[in-house]
Amino acid sequence: MEHRFEREYGCLIVKMPKELDHHQAEVLKEEADSLILKYPVRSLVFDFSDTCFMDSSGIGVVIGRCKNVRFSGGYVKAVHLNQQIRRIFRLSGLQKIMEVEQEAE
Amino acid sequence: MEQIRNEMKMEFLALSSNEGFARVTVGAFVAELNPTVDELADIKTAVSEAVTNCIIHGYEQKGGSIWIQCSIEGQQVEISVVDTGKGIRDVEQAREPLFTTKPELERSGMGFAFMEAFMDEVEVVSELGKGTCVTMRKIIGKG
Ligand SMILES: Nc1ncnc2c1ncn2[C@@H]1O[C@H](COP(=O)(O)OP(=O)(O)O)[C@@H](O)[C@H]1O
Ligand SMILES: [Mg+2]
Repeated sequence: MEHRFEREYGCLIVKMPKELDHHQAEVLKEEADSLILKYPVRSLVFDFSDTCFMDSSGIGVVIGRCKNVRFSGGYVKAVHLNQQIRRIFRLSGLQKIMEVEQEAE
Repeated sequence: MEQIRNEMKMEFLALSSNEGFARVTVGAFVAELNPTVDELADIKTAVSEAVTNCIIHGYEQKGGSIWIQCSIEGQQVEISVVDTGKGIRDVEQAREPLFTTKPELERSGMGFAFMEAFMDEVEVVSELGKGTCVTMRKIIGKG
């Protein structure tokens, strides 16, 4: 399953793909950036509800979009991380650079 | 209990659409060892990192072939991922966390760090202009 975008006022929600690898990352990056450029994004939410796989290519995607949104004063958070995605966030230090809403165990 | 011994080889084009195919296939191959959900995720992530590196760095997204050889001996899985791309100038430096030669592609430089974190052993043999072979081992069922 691919990613999707939802927009509500100044909030952009990125529904992350089922498998966030380099292949999925490339399209996602481009589409997210063109939305961020086109509409003012005050808060960006990465929603990992449907994501069961993420490798280091996903880290680049998240960090890159964070930079782009924060550049214009926006706020970023990640929600609904499963155990595997949480582990990737912890190992890579992503957890320290953005708000992560923990899923109930 | 009898020792499991098994082996498989695969060859595929260095296309990003094959990243998922490669990790799922290796995951299916090691299934006979009954890995836990975490162990399976570890292996799939490590394979995904090695294969992505062949595509992005080894062949610089211009295409080529990737070989994976995978063997099971008892509880140990050994996976080799091979490309005949550009090779790595300084392997020790390449393995350092956060080191990347392609920051313009938003690479995080965490690929080797993940392979090391998720597998028991990672060996890298590379020669400039010849290619790279990454061999990873993991014991399944350590608990
Ligand atoms: N198969 C390969 N062929 C050539 N260079 C490679 C290969 N794998 C890794 N490298 C080199 O090692 C560096 C670090 O790899 P890695 O830790 O996966 O980080 P990243 O992929 O994010 O750059 C790469 O930037 C690249 O220079
Ligand atoms: Mg890599």
